[in-house]
Amino acid sequence: MWFPPLPVVIPLIVAASLVAIGAYLPRRVLDLVACATAASVFAICCHLVAASADQPIVYWFGGWRPEHRFALGICFVIDQAGAGLAALVSLLVLAAFLFSWQYFESVKSLYHALMLVFLAGMCGMCLTGDLFNLFVWFELMSASGVALCGYKSEEFGPLQGALNFAILNTLGAYLSLTGVAIVYASVGALNFAQASASLAAHDPGGWLVPIAFLFVISGFLVKAAAFPFHFWLADAHAVAPTPVCILFSGVMVELGLYAAARVYWSVFAIPLAAHSSVTGALFLTIGTLTVIVGGIECFSQRHLKRLLAFSTISHTGVMFLGVGLLSADGLGGTAIYLLGHGLVKGGLFICAGILLHRFRSVDEFELHGKGRELPWTGLLLLLGALGLAGMPPFATFFGEGQLADSARRHGLGWVSGVMMLSGILTSAAVLRIGGRIFLGWGLRRPFDSDEAPAIPMESETHGGHRNTPGTMWLPALALIAGAMAVALAPSVRIAALRAAHRMEDTRGVTDHVLLGTPMAAVPEVHIAPALGELWKPAVNVACAALLALAALFPRALGRARRAVVHAIERAIHPLRAMHTGRVGDYVAWFILGVGVYGAMLVFGYRR
Amino acid sequence: MIYFYAAMAVAAWLFLVGVYGIVTSRNLIHLCLCLVVVQASTYVLLTAVGYRPGGIAPIFADVKQTDKAVDPVIQALMLTDIVVEATVVALLLALTVQIKKKTGTLNPDKVNLMRG
Repeated sequence: MWFPPLPVVIPLIVAASLVAIGAYLPRRVLDLVACATAASVFAICCHLVAASADQPIVYWFGGWRPEHRFALGICFVIDQAGAGLAALVSLLVLAAFLFSWQYFESVKSLYHALMLVFLAGMCGMCLTGDLFNLFVWFELMSASGVALCGYKSEEFGPLQGALNFAILNTLGAYLSLTGVAIVYASVGALNFAQASASLAAHDPGGWLVPIAFLFVISGFLVKAAAFPFHFWLADAHAVAPTPVCILFSGVMVELGLYAAARVYWSVFAIPLAAHSSVTGALFLTIGTLTVIVGGIECFSQRHLKRLLAFSTISHTGVMFLGVGLLSADGLGGTAIYLLGHGLVKGGLFICAGILLHRFRSVDEFELHGKGRELPWTGLLLLLGALGLAGMPPFATFFGEGQLADSARRHGLGWVSGVMMLSGILTSAAVLRIGGRIFLGWGLRRPFDSDEAPAIPMESETHGGHRNTPGTMWLPALALIAGAMAVALAPSVRIAALRAAHRMEDTRGVTDHVLLGTPMAAVPEVHIAPALGELWKPAVNVACAALLALAALFPRALGRARRAVVHAIERAIHPLRAMHTGRVGDYVAWFILGVGVYGAMLVFGYRR
Repeated sequence: MIYFYAAMAVAAWLFLVGVYGIVTSRNLIHLCLCLVVVQASTYVLLTAVGYRPGGIAPIFADVKQTDKAVDPVIQALMLTDIVVEATVVALLLALTVQIKKKTGTLNPDKVNLMRG
């Protein structure tokens, strides 16, 4: 088999050629080449999903196969979870390229090249089976992501966002590398399978393994915007060019979560098996805090892109909760949720991009009522808000149902309450901003004197635009429709659950990679009954609508207004005060977070 | 083994000192260089992990196979690490240049759009 590395090889080669000759090519040719590359990567990833249905594909670079259970070379281990995520990545890259077709008129070939390198980095992260290789893909993705974030380098906002992004993520990556070095020092292995087998065979003892685990995942936690590592994300997403935001929020953040889960199940699950309840509690704590902080901050924003960024933080919290269940059905539910959230969030960011294209602003108050000209964009935004709330038939509904079912069977029923909180707060925020922009409801000035930041957005396109080109609204429509359709068929949900089972079968994968023994068949999986959960989205949407209306028309609250506003301010202000915009403070939070989570692991393991 | 623990201590010290510098920095160039200090901690750690007392450089073309050598895998990791991080620091410094051009200051506290 020769095709497994193609998802990273093709974009890298095309990117290198574009850097070399792109300056001589007309813009449309660049767009075509970029779209064709993304589409071909998507096709290959879909093929990989189909080809790995029976057994994971193991590809050894240079033919350096393991000898006597000792991995000499570097490998890709492609299972359905990784290949499926890579397919989502390439699909969103394709949507981003289509969107930038008539957007971003001033871009040159470097933009396309950077996007393709970004694509290669993300695909590499999905497919790799080696710890250090994972770090390299992670850094490739981060570096190209930073460059894309600061692409509009003549404005200050993107520069500050990119700087905060770069420093936090690089620091996280160093800590990951330290963790990798500790693993290598303990067992002399970098391959996932071999590191897992060696750590299980001779445990180095002490706190070494849990600390190595925490260090390795802390870089990915920064990328996944787990509380309190999340500050950079809002800054970067608010200012990055819109097509880049589609990728940042739709998949890059989720890749951090995927990498943390992948490293846990591929390397640390067996050595840490005796303490899985502590590991689960760690992920559940992270998830709960992230949901609450992200949700409240999301509701308090006035800048649409920044609002969507905080919504992403809140939803990653939900996915952390799913991973924290440490079970195959929880992981499968997370996968379905991730798929739905990525598509919906991509569509919502395109809506923000359309507003920016037409009105040169994404500010809630500047755009008050202006969106009346754009009823269809408003409708897409409304659909997106319903998707965030987990309304059927969106994939988020089925994912959340699966997660709630799994949580209930683990005796963690409260988890589904936290997940509902995320849906309520984020969709209320989108409904409120949509009501103000597209219907002209509510006040024209911020009610609160201490307002959220209104980051100036110089336009990404020339001149005022009177219409929205099809290359903009079609991708948004396709992504949101895709989010509705993708999990409707039970077969997709079954496939996600089967992929999760495979990802969790650490011993099976280890033997498959090192010895070539075929993995055991996946046991029968059961998708959670969805109909009994229908009350949840109804409650979510009702609460979200009430909250949005209360924020739009505070006077209607009558006498209760003062108390309500006071309570909301009490909740919001400490979080706002925390978000200082200073990268030094973010780094201090990062160290504090690593310290607290590390103490949690160490004390938990001692008991 | 004493060299290993000494190197670990140096690595931890470099990491903390670099982080302290980033947290308290008032100048973006200083901040980027503090990040380089943090990065140096990974170099020290990796070198110590790969070191074998009395080992030679891992080039086996013209030496006896029995000679002790330091771990070549670690050398490869370090080279990759250096390349990756040189890219990141170059990118950061480029951003810093643009910020100075745009705002006229290198102090990250002077201009801040992202509060709240």
